[in-house]
Amino acid sequence: MSDNVSPLRQPAGSAGIAALTRELAGLIVEALNLEVAPADIGPEQPLYGEGLGLDSIDILEIALVVSKQYGVQLRADSEENSRIFASLRQLAEYVNAHRTK
Amino acid sequence: MLAYRAGTPIRVSEFLADVSRVSGALGAGGHVLNVCSDRYHFTVGFAASLAAGKVSLLPATRTPEVIAQLRRFAPDAVCLTDEDACDIELPQVRYPPTPAGARADTSAAAIPRIDPARRAAWVFTSGSTGMPVPHEKTFGGLIECMRVEAERLDLIDGRSHAVIATVPPQHMYGFEASVLLPLASGNALCAEHPFYPADVCSALTAAPRPRILITTPVHLRALVAADLPLPATDLVVSATAPLSSELAREVEQRFGTRLLEIYGSTETGSIAVREPTRTAQWWLWPRVSLESRGEETWAEGGHIERRTRLYDVIELTGPDRFLLHGRVADLVNIAGKRSSLGYLDHQLNSIPGVLDGAFFHGAAAGAAAPEAAVARLGACVVAPQLDAATILAELRRRIDPVFLPRPLLLVESLPRNSTGKLPQEALRALAMAPSKPAPTA
Repeated sequence: MSDNVSPLRQPAGSAGIAALTRELAGLIVEALNLEVAPADIGPEQPLYGEGLGLDSIDILEIALVVSKQYGVQLRADSEENSRIFASLRQLAEYVNAHRTK
Repeated sequence: MLAYRAGTPIRVSEFLADVSRVSGALGAGGHVLNVCSDRYHFTVGFAASLAAGKVSLLPATRTPEVIAQLRRFAPDAVCLTDEDACDIELPQVRYPPTPAGARADTSAAAIPRIDPARRAAWVFTSGSTGMPVPHEKTFGGLIECMRVEAERLDLIDGRSHAVIATVPPQHMYGFEASVLLPLASGNALCAEHPFYPADVCSALTAAPRPRILITTPVHLRALVAADLPLPATDLVVSATAPLSSELAREVEQRFGTRLLEIYGSTETGSIAVREPTRTAQWWLWPRVSLESRGEETWAEGGHIERRTRLYDVIELTGPDRFLLHGRVADLVNIAGKRSSLGYLDHQLNSIPGVLDGAFFHGAAAGAAAPEAAVARLGACVVAPQLDAATILAELRRRIDPVFLPRPLLLVESLPRNSTGKLPQEALRALAMAPSKPAPTA
């Protein structure tokens, strides 16, 4: 499955981040059967707890989607981890910087 | 070796020195809520509480509501934490930092002798009336159960097995399999609590062999679905929900080892084991017996302190063999967290402004690997003065987040039948009705 011959993608600019943010919103809503429209998830809205209300089972599910779709393996022991799920935009920026597909 | 952190061994003498240091820091109260997230810190905290004559408290969740109930249950309780920002409303004891440099005189500490009849812990289940129900665990009972478990998992062969776990040490399964099991059987626990598949793989790789993985169907599903090489492991143990036989086979192939499942409950602890790729039958602990009474099954004997009802539908197939046929209808088990529809309905209806409301078993989500997706709950609520966000915020104070309804539907009335009963089917049908907000893909 791992596609290690493809060159690393160039990180996208701010327009690309906005598009990736929308794409991630759609993937998350689909993977978790959420009762919201992807467009209704604000880019700065927290994903955990009071925001979208996701819990650790959901986060594991999102990690799976992100690894399949973009080749990014999330890790809890990286410094960035608490920031990654702070909002959809943070997640998009992390994926953008680390994606391999 | 007693434990490992990032592959570095921690000796028994260091552990005993840590236990003596932490037991001195716990203060005068008789109860300790040990929320340390580092498994080694948790284990030191548990042993220090025992050595200092205190009882550990293991609630099923830590919502503000449950903490308030704990304060009433044990007014002298303190919270032992290894995190800087801990917002639990109890007097806090910070896990004392390990002294830097080489440890002198670590051989002086003696192993404390603990009376087997001593109460070691109160473990809580959520009752159906809104109050958590405490279950007493004696030190002797906990240890006896783990000696049997170590035999059944073939962990007593003269080698030290490193135990890596994806479950928290505060959950009954994690408390047993990742803390008490290594302590009671001369094996070694690993301090980490890896979460993402990549973390689990590096924690496994860092640990010496033989190494075993204590985990759940949720984590196993994520591990086999991730595009990662899985490190060779000497045993994989799963509990909290039955594993599908396909997933069990895939786990065995990918990890190159066998997979064993444990069956138990918060009240009884572990009581049976099975190898799902060989048989559907569970093998009961010696000295524990099951009795069927109509649709109910009760367990007693061995380490079980008192006769206890099991909330699963069980078919006895021999003196120490049985089959599981799902859970009792009212019971809810999501990723190892247990509750009942009765309890959740009670919490929902205690929210000011909620006139009527009921939870129901919903459909499984999980498009990435649907064969083992986690089923969630939904709820229908009659509350003309409230919006869904307010109700969710109130529920979040009262119940564990895994039980939060998805979807939460505001309705004009609940589909009660002529006898006032509320069939689960009718609730699900209401949830599927076209008036619900449709996600636009």
